[in-house]
Parts: sequence; structure tokens; C-alpha cells
Amino acid sequence: MKRLLIGVPFVWLFVLFLVPFGIVLKISLSDIDLAIPPYTPTLEVSDGWAGVAAFFSALDLENYIFLTSDDLYWKAYLSSLQIASISTFLTLLVGFPIAYAMARAAEEWRPALLMLVILPFWTSFLIRVYAWIGILSTEGFLNQFLLWTGVISEPLTILNTNTAVYIGIVYTYLPFMILPIYATLEKMDASLLEAAEDLGCSRMQAFWLITLPLARPGVVAGCFLVFIPTLGEFVIPSLLGGSDTLMIGKVLWEEFFNNRDWPVASAVAIILLLILIIPIILFQRNQQINKEAQQ
Amino acid sequence: MAASGKDDVFTPWTDAGATPLIRIDQVTKRFGDFTAIDNVSLDIYPQEFFALLGPSGCGKTTLMRMLGGFETPSSGVISIDGQDMSSVPPNKRAVNMMFQSYALFPHLSVWDNIAFGLRRDGLDKDRVAARVEEMLKLVQLSQFAKRKPHQISGGQRQRVALARSLAKAPKLLLLDEPLGALDKKLRQETQFELMDIQEKTGTTFVIVTHDQEEAMTVASRVAVMNNGQLIQVETPEVIYEQPNSIYVADFIGDVNLIEGTVSALGEGAELAWAEGRTPLIGQPGAALTKGQGATFAIRPEKIAISADEPQDRRNRVQGKILDIGYLGNLSTYHVELPEGPVVKCEIGNRSRIERRDFTWEDEVWLSWSDTAGLVLAR
Repeated sequence: MKRLLIGVPFVWLFVLFLVPFGIVLKISLSDIDLAIPPYTPTLEVSDGWAGVAAFFSALDLENYIFLTSDDLYWKAYLSSLQIASISTFLTLLVGFPIAYAMARAAEEWRPALLMLVILPFWTSFLIRVYAWIGILSTEGFLNQFLLWTGVISEPLTILNTNTAVYIGIVYTYLPFMILPIYATLEKMDASLLEAAEDLGCSRMQAFWLITLPLARPGVVAGCFLVFIPTLGEFVIPSLLGGSDTLMIGKVLWEEFFNNRDWPVASAVAIILLLILIIPIILFQRNQQINKEAQQ
Repeated sequence: MAASGKDDVFTPWTDAGATPLIRIDQVTKRFGDFTAIDNVSLDIYPQEFFALLGPSGCGKTTLMRMLGGFETPSSGVISIDGQDMSSVPPNKRAVNMMFQSYALFPHLSVWDNIAFGLRRDGLDKDRVAARVEEMLKLVQLSQFAKRKPHQISGGQRQRVALARSLAKAPKLLLLDEPLGALDKKLRQETQFELMDIQEKTGTTFVIVTHDQEEAMTVASRVAVMNNGQLIQVETPEVIYEQPNSIYVADFIGDVNLIEGTVSALGEGAELAWAEGRTPLIGQPGAALTKGQGATFAIRPEKIAISADEPQDRRNRVQGKILDIGYLGNLSTYHVELPEGPVVKCEIGNRSRIERRDFTWEDEVWLSWSDTAGLVLAR
């Protein structure tokens, strides 16, 4: 019984992570081919050992070498890192005050506020991103509003720029930033702030010296929760970004579906995963430290 | 200090010339419709160890939070050291508070917690360090300086909180249920430690507690509160021996209450309590008139128990033993009087293996002196 309980997550990980990972890894080591599936070699079990040997000997690192030869790829990785970092920072700037206000709101209001944060998830992500096109386009609501108020005389070009991508990412991932920060702020003992004041702090000092350090685990968790998916984000840059918006998720999509070069696309995906593993490990270490601190 | 008595007893509140440190003048605090503090006036003197005692919701914590500056009075004035405090925020008061939850900063070490207030004052490094070391020594935690609050025990946390609130040498230290989270044995030890530290530092302490034993042990004066009002403010001895009301008598310690009417008033008050029985004689409380309904209050330990009728005492009643509780240091007898009331009496177990003179269902006589009980107006 105990083994079964422990076994379930392992089976889960094996079937849903390790097996697909193995398949993608294998494809990344294959060569492009005009066939179904569009790569070679495929494993011919009917040939026995000779087939297996032939299969393995046909695998090589060609695609990875190709990725280093074309600077599109590393530029896309770097650009993705940059966009992910900047948008994580922007999300933090917007999310922290919201989380703080929620945690400070009267207790009977908090469930309603929490609901409002989660509510957008009830609509399709794709529809919500499409809606931003209507807002940000040259004839969109934002420009119409700004023209009407007289703030601008010429419509702004926001859609199909990196600005639109940042807006889209901040909007989409805001709940992932708000929720963990809210959770840490909400359980913070209010008497800590009173104690800080009692010991000579002004409200502002108490915020910097007590609230902020105690909210750190939530801030770190929120930043990772935004950064990790943003790095591989594909929908937002392709819908809201312009032709100069370079993100690895978009490159991946194009390799798979426009070029039908599955092996190169798989190699891109494997490297993306390796890049993501670093923040994921850091994130888990952070969670571990918090857990220890709570004991 | 303000001790003017011949045997050096600390009683500044009896000295008309003494200036109080805290003056609470007709203070009322309302939260919406609820009146938490109802027109309270109170003086607290320097170096006092003052206890606010009462059941939960009686307003004692609100009163303390107003002293700390965390609540503002709806009306009335609180002044500390002669200065009106109404517009002084908590961080500008020479008052520190030890919170019930201790409110230790979890991300700072014991050392940094104690240094927190000193650093806010802009003291230089050496002076901060010297003061922190001094405080650590005072609460005997020097070897735990580097630990975080979650790495030390509850009792140690309590002492860190105390050290932190004392570090800035406040004129007034507020303690909100400081020992509530400790187990009984540790609590009793800590009570004496607190008194010791209070004496060493000479700081005025105001402690809030619902534990009457704690208040009695540590305090120089106790204020018994109920429904936002001060019922009695006196030394522990007076509170216990001369409660001014049934409420105080009943709240502090154990007491037998027998209802009746005042039949005679002289040196002592006589209380007729049952048809055909001799009245009970006790010290009269305030505002007593003949013929008035009153209650006779007598502490269980002031009652003697005997098999034969004690002829030398006027207060004597006969009854039947209903229950015996053995508590180790003393035994409690529950004696039922023929008229109904059950009287509790406590007898100390002074020798180790004592023959029990009485057992269940025995007919016994209870007696007490004329001055042992109190007749209190209802």
C-alpha cells in the first residue's frame, strides 16, 4: 500500500514527463526526412538487434551544431531571457501593490478580491489575448480613448511591438505573481508591524524592515512562476508582438509547423528545457528553505 | 523611592505628594456601538508593577493599547510623565510593549531583534552592541544570540521579547499576557524573574492578565476590571481580603457566598440567612444599610472544621460532608448545610500521613471568627 502511494507520483512523472522527454530527445538527435513522421531513423524492432544498432548509430548531434551556426537561435534565447526578465519585473511592480492592498483589506472583502484575481481564468486565455488586439490596435479602444481625451493627436503604435508583448505578459501572468505574495502577506502577524512601530519605526520603515523581508518568499515564488512560463511563451508574442519580437517559443513553433523540421525544433526545445531547469532548481531550493524556516 | 513609611514599604499611591507617571483621566473608548472603556480614571506611579486584571473582553487590553498609542481614546486624556499623549504616535513614546504573541521578527536573529529598537534610535554600533549584550545577560540568553526565533523554545522567546522591549530603557513597559503561552511551572518561575527584572531596571510595568494568581504574585497594585470599568484598584492583599464587591470576591480566588438580609449593623454586620438560625457575623462592606439584601462572603481557608460544636465562636453552622477533594497540600471539604447551600472549606495537610478525621456523610461543624467573613451589598 505504502509503495503504491509512493509509486503513483513516480509513474505519473515517468509517463507524463520522462517518456515524452525521451521521445523529444530522440527526435532532436535524428535527421529531417520527407516522410511520416518527418524524421529518420525510426526504430525497426522487426530487424532485431541489427535494427536497434542501426537506429542508434544513425543518431547524432548535428542539429545542436546547426543551432550554434545560425545566430538566430542564440539571439532568440537571449531575447526571450530579456523579455522574460523585464516582464517578470514589471509584473512584480504591478502585482505587489495589488497583493499588499488585498492583504490589508477588511477580512470580509478578501474572498471577493481573491475571486476577482482568479476570475479571468474562467475565460479562454486565447480569447483574452485576442481581446488585447482590439484594445491596443491603431483603431483600438486605447487609442480612441486617448485621442478623445486629447492626450495624443496621432494614434500610438502599440500593437505588434514589444510593448504590446509586455502588456500581454503582465496581464496574463499577474495572478501568478499576486497569489503567492498575497499568501505570505496575509498570514503575516499584524502585531509584528505594531512591534516595529513600538520600537521606533515609522510606518514606512516598518514596511521596508519587516513587511518586505517577510514577503520575500512570496515575491521569489511569484517571480519564478511568471519567469518560467514566460521564457517559453509563444501565444502572446505571436499575437501581440511584431516581426522583430524574437522569442524562442515562436521560433520553436515556426520550426515545427512552418519548416516542418522536427529534429531542429526538438533540439531547440531540449535546450530551452535545460535553460529552464536552472531557475526551476533555484525555485525548489527557495521553497525548501522556506519550509525549513517555518519549522 | 517614594517610600515614606517607617518600614520602607513601596506605596506611592497613599502619598498625596507623589506625582503619577501615568494619568488616565476620564477616558472612554468606543468601537462603534460597543463601549470598551467606560469613563476610567486611574493614576499609576513610577516603579509600580501594575496589573490590569479581568475576564476576556473586559477592556484591559484596550486600556493597555491606548497607553502604547495603538488606540486613541474616544474621550478623556491620557498623560505620561505630565505630557498629553493624544497626538503622540507609538514610535514617539517612551513606552515599549511586550506583545502577547511576542511579535519577534522571524527573519532576524535574537541579537538583531533586541538591537532593532536601538538601531532605530541611531545609536552607534558599539553602544548598540554593549546594550544588546547587557540585555542578553539580563535574560540569560547570551549563548542564543545568533539563533532565529523559531530555533529557540517558547520560554526563551518570551525572554527575548522582554529583552527587546526593555532594551530602549522605556519609562513604561506594557506586558500583554506575557506568560500566557508558557506552561504552569515555567510560568511560576518566570513570574519571579519578571519581578526581579522589574526591580533591577526600576522600570514601571503595566501587565495585562486574566490570571488572577499571576496578577497577585507580581503586582504592587491590581486593578480588577469588568465591562470596561475599574471595579477595584488596590494591593493584592486588600483585593483578596477586602474585596469591595461580590464581583471582585468571586473573581479573585475561591469564596463561599451566602445570601441574606442585614439584620444588625454595629462593629460587625449581622446577616440573617435562614429562618431560625443565628445570623452570621462579618465585617461590613461599604454602603450597607439595615434590612438590605446582602451576601456573606467567606474564603474556604478561613473556615475551621470540627466534630463537636465549637462554643467559643459565634459563626458556626452544622452540615454534612458531601465531597472531599485531596489536592496534596490541602484538602477541600464540601459541606452541605440543611438549608441547601454547600460551603467549601480548605484544611491544610500539614503532616505527611495524617489520619483523616472526617469522611463522607459525616455530620460536622464549620466555624469561623467574627472578622473572617465580609458582608457585601448586593
